[in-house]
Amino acid sequence: MKITAFGIAKDIVGGKRIELETSGNQLSQVREALTNTYPDFEKLKSLKFAVNTEYVADDYELKENDEVVLIPPVSGG
Amino acid sequence: MEKIYVTSEGLNPQACIDQVRDDGSGGLVTFIGNVRNKTKNKTVHYLEFEAYEPMAIKEMQKIAEQAISKWKLYDMAIHHRIGKVPTGEEAVVITCSSAHRKASFEACEYAIDTLKETVPIWKKEVFEDGETWVSAHP
Repeated sequence: MKITAFGIAKDIVGGKRIELETSGNQLSQVREALTNTYPDFEKLKSLKFAVNTEYVADDYELKENDEVVLIPPVSGG
Repeated sequence: MEKIYVTSEGLNPQACIDQVRDDGSGGLVTFIGNVRNKTKNKTVHYLEFEAYEPMAIKEMQKIAEQAISKWKLYDMAIHHRIGKVPTGEEAVVITCSSAHRKASFEACEYAIDTLKETVPIWKKEVFEDGETWVSAHP
């Protein structure tokens, strides 16, 4: 599964785009795979997901061609 | 020029004000977020902003729509800078206009507070001896 990262998430995974092996298509499984592979995510204040430019909850079932983006704590303004 | 946008160019507060002017408005409020030169006594060289642009625009549009409807504003504009921003320069400009000032003051505060919570933009502080992503860790 292809995932795009921004901000500190980009530094943690070592790049803007990564390929991740997951045990299924639910976002909770993506979160699990991510924190197993990159334990530094556990140190963040929060980690949200956006799919196709909208925030989604962890029970979201990913479909083909969904654009998955990691949203670490935002700090605009 | 769009009323809601991100840009790597310097911001122009007057342009943001002009976008929300209305003859029926008796109160126009502007919030300008500047780049501070110090954080906890450490000298900041500059800030580096990164945005997930299509979503950042969408989230800023949601903020403006909600504010316009809740406070019955004439209009609201939000301009956010991205990329490298030197100290002293504007990182964000928010303007809004309403019949009376109270609505605009409240709406403008709501807009900047919500932006800091929901809009996918990230700020990195660059110091002489290192850099940190702001608010990333508890």
